[in-house]
Amino acid sequence: MNALLDVRGLNAWYGESHVLHGVDMQIREGETVTLLGRNGVGKTTTLRTIMGIIRQRKGTLRFNDQDMMPVPLHKTARHGLGFVPEERGIFASLSVIENLMLPPQIAKNGMTVDEIFELFPNLHERRNSPGTKLSGGEQQMLAIARILRTGVRMLLLDEPTEGLAPVIVQRIGDVLIRLKQRGITVLLVEQNFRFASRVADRFYLMDHGHIQSEFPVAQLGERMDELHKVLGV
Amino acid sequence: MNTVFGVPLPALLGQLLIGLINGSFYALLSLGLAIIFGLLRMINFAHGAQYMLGAFTAYLLLHFAGIGYWPALILTPIIVGVFGAVIERLFLQRLYGLDPLYGLLFTFGLALMLEGIFRYYYGASGQPYATPPSLAGGTNLGFMFLPNYRGWVVVASLLVCIGTWLLIEKTKLGAYLRAATENSTLVQAFGVNVPILLTLTYGLGVALAAFAGVLAAPIYQVSPLMGSNIIIVVFAVVVVGGMGSILGAIVTGYVLGITEGLTKVFYPEASNTVIFVIMAIVLLVRPAGLFGRE
Ligand SMILES: Nc1ncnc2c1ncn2[C@@H]1O[C@H](COP(=O)(O)OP(=O)(O)OP(=O)(O)O)[C@@H](O)[C@H]1O
Ligand SMILES: [Mg+2]
Repeated sequence: MNALLDVRGLNAWYGESHVLHGVDMQIREGETVTLLGRNGVGKTTTLRTIMGIIRQRKGTLRFNDQDMMPVPLHKTARHGLGFVPEERGIFASLSVIENLMLPPQIAKNGMTVDEIFELFPNLHERRNSPGTKLSGGEQQMLAIARILRTGVRMLLLDEPTEGLAPVIVQRIGDVLIRLKQRGITVLLVEQNFRFASRVADRFYLMDHGHIQSEFPVAQLGERMDELHKVLGV
Repeated sequence: MNTVFGVPLPALLGQLLIGLINGSFYALLSLGLAIIFGLLRMINFAHGAQYMLGAFTAYLLLHFAGIGYWPALILTPIIVGVFGAVIERLFLQRLYGLDPLYGLLFTFGLALMLEGIFRYYYGASGQPYATPPSLAGGTNLGFMFLPNYRGWVVVASLLVCIGTWLLIEKTKLGAYLRAATENSTLVQAFGVNVPILLTLTYGLGVALAAFAGVLAAPIYQVSPLMGSNIIIVVFAVVVVGGMGSILGAIVTGYVLGITEGLTKVFYPEASNTVIFVIMAIVLLVRPAGLFGRE
C-alpha cells in the first residue's frame, strides 16, 4: 500500500540557515508515528515544512498521492492535513467557541461540536470566555479539538504534552487513542516517550536535520540505551 | 440666560455639536486606519487622500452623471473601496514581509499623487456640494437649533461605526480578521485564504474613508487638500486609542472630537493643539494607547 504521507530528501532553510538535510519518512493511513529528537534538531521545522508554512524547501513531499510542493499554504488544509503548533495558537481576541469554529470544515467526517464537548466538557463550560483565559491543558485540548472538527485525514501534532500535569497528559493520550480508532493518521512530535509509547505504532529518531533511525513500538525497550544517548536524557 | 461655568448654554451646546461632528469624522477615519493597521501592519498614509477621493467621487458623480447624494453615499464607498482593493492587489501585496517603511512610503506617494491630480484639475480651492434637499433646514430642539444635515452626519457615522464593529466582533469573517491579526500564518494553515482577506480588509478601510468623504462634502468644501488637513489629527486619534484597536479608534474619535469642541469654549487658544497635547501625555503614560494591548 502506498504511504499517505511520503517525504523524501526534504530540505528546509530559514533564510541562510539550512535546518533540514534530507528528511525521509513514509506514514501509512491510520498510523500514529512519533518523531523523537533532542531540542533543536528540527522536529518543529519538519512539521512546518510538511504543512507548507516554511516555503524555502526542496525535495519530494506527497500526500495522498498528490505533489504538495506547489500547493499554497491556504490550500494545504483542503487536502486533509491539519497542524497543531507547539505554542498551541489559541487566539486571545476570540472566545473558546469562536476558536473552535474558526478553521473551515474540509470534510464531512469531522467531529461534531457535540462530540467535542462530550470529549472535552471543560471547553463547553468555558465556551464564551476568551481563548487565552483557559489553562495550558485546556488550551491544548482546544487546539486539538478545533482541528478535529474540520475532518482532517492526518494531524501534525507538535509536543502536545509539554508543560502539562500528568492527569492532563493522560487525557490527551485518551484523545489520541480515540483518533486512532477513528482512523486518523497522526505524526506526533514528543519528548515524553512513555506517553508516546502508549499511542504510537512507530518511532522516527531525528538528529541534525535528518532521520537517524526508525523502529516499531515493540523495539522501544531494547533501544532505550541508544535513545538515552541520542536524546541526552 | 442659562450659563455653565460662565458660558452661555447655547454657545456650549453649539461647540459640543461641532465637536461631535468632527468626532464623527475622526471616528470613521481612525476606524479604517485601525482595521488596516491591525491586519496589514501597515500605516495607510493615503487614508486622507482616500477620504478626499470619496468627496470628489460624489462631486464628479453629481456633475458628470447627475447622480445625487443618496445614491452617491452608497456608490462612492464601493467605487473607492474597489480602487483600494486593486491598489492592494497590484502594489501593497508586494510589500508585505518587507520593512514597514516601504508600505508607509508607498501610501505616502499615493497620497501625493492623488492630491496632485485633483489639484491640477480643480486648484487648491474648494468646490461646493449642496446639502441634499431632504436634509435641508434645521430643527429647533428648544435649547438649540440643529441643522438637519449635521444631525444626520452624527447618526450615519454612529451607525456605520457600530455596524463595522459588529461585523468584526460578531461574524465569521470578523473572526477570521481578528485571528489573522494575531497570527496570519496559522489562520492560513487552517485553510483560510488570507491574501483575499487582506485585500478585503484594505478595501473596507478605504471604503470607510470614502464614506466619510461623502458625508463631509456638504459640510466642508470638496477640496484636494481636505484629506491632508484632517489626517494629521486622525493619526493622533489612532495613537491615543491604540494602534489597531477597533473599539479604541471609535471611542477615541468621538471623545477627542468633543474634547476639541469644549476646549474651543473654555480655552479657545488651545483648541487646535489639545488633541496633540493629549497624544503626548498618552505616549508618555501609556505608549500602547488607551485601548491598546501592552
Ligand atoms: N524562525 C527561525 N529562524 C531561524 N532559525 C530557526 C527558526 N526556528 C528554528 N530555527 C533553528 O532551526 C533549528 C531547528 O529548530 P526546530 O524548532 O525545528 O527544533 P525542534 O527539534 O522542534 O526543537 P525543540 O525540541 O526545542 O522544539 C534550530 O537550530 C533552531 O535554532
Ligand atoms: Mg519544536
